[in-house]
Amino acid sequence: MLELAALLPLGAPALPLDEAGKYVAGAYVVFVVLLVVYVGIMAAKLQRIERELREVAAIAEDRKAEQREEVSA
Amino acid sequence: MYGKGLKPLSIATVAMIALSLSLVFFYAPLDADQGFIQKIFYIHVPLAMVALAGFVAGGVFAVLHLRSNDRKWDAYSYVAIHISVIFGVAVLITGAIWAKASWGHWWVWDEPTLVSFLIVFLLYATYYPFRYAIEDRDRQARYASVFAVTAGAFVPLNFMAVRMAESLVHPRTFATADGGLPGEMMLTFLCMLVAIGLLWTTLVKFELTAKSASGQVKRLRRALDAPVAGGSSRIAPEVS
Repeated sequence: MLELAALLPLGAPALPLDEAGKYVAGAYVVFVVLLVVYVGIMAAKLQRIERELREVAAIAEDRKAEQREEVSA
Repeated sequence: MYGKGLKPLSIATVAMIALSLSLVFFYAPLDADQGFIQKIFYIHVPLAMVALAGFVAGGVFAVLHLRSNDRKWDAYSYVAIHISVIFGVAVLITGAIWAKASWGHWWVWDEPTLVSFLIVFLLYATYYPFRYAIEDRDRQARYASVFAVTAGAFVPLNFMAVRMAESLVHPRTFATADGGLPGEMMLTFLCMLVAIGLLWTTLVKFELTAKSASGQVKRLRRALDAPVAGGSSRIAPEVS
């Protein structure tokens, strides 16, 4: 019980700013890093979609060109 | 049409996050007990609240899927849970940093709030292998929805159980005998809560838009009788 009471934040004195600053910075940096990693993964996915879309457009254009050649022949 | 309104939503999210961070560091007073460390509260608690609300939202979307059999709701449920799991990772890491600074330990196993959140997080971490294990897409969507509904119902029950637990080691911000947060801190907290809520909504919309675009490309390929590049994802639902 005494051990548990020793963990109470209300009973703990505030950390000096130089020591507390690194923890606060760490917490906010974790948030930003996770966000950046997520956006990076999504950017890679969007690049893949764009590449696939370009391939599909090329297939469609090839088909159209083939149809034109058949009609002219 | 998932991308409709994504641009203004993204701008609102960035503006709200910038405003909230300004309030956190330049407006909210230092806590008398914890000092500067208490600033972690403004990121940790809104993330936790939005993550838990997101899990519940995933359950609600799953109910809509089971009722209507519309795959759109399965995609909503999947994406809501996916973003909430990412937020959950942030909650666990920021919480551990706060615990280390306040209590001198990265983790305290006899604290119900910490352990209950970990249980909820681990429960949702099993959602992916569970989904992946089922080959048939219709069965996969149905079973994943049942999982999301069950787990979504567990979240508020778990929250209430923790509230009723005797240990009060974890700070109770809104239910202290002397009235809870002072005005400036409450305003800052509410702004951050709205900012994180907007971020969650933006990311859900962003991911649904990407899934929709990917689904449309696959539909185009099928319409052109062209092979689907890389096959289709077995785990993530397709949106058209």
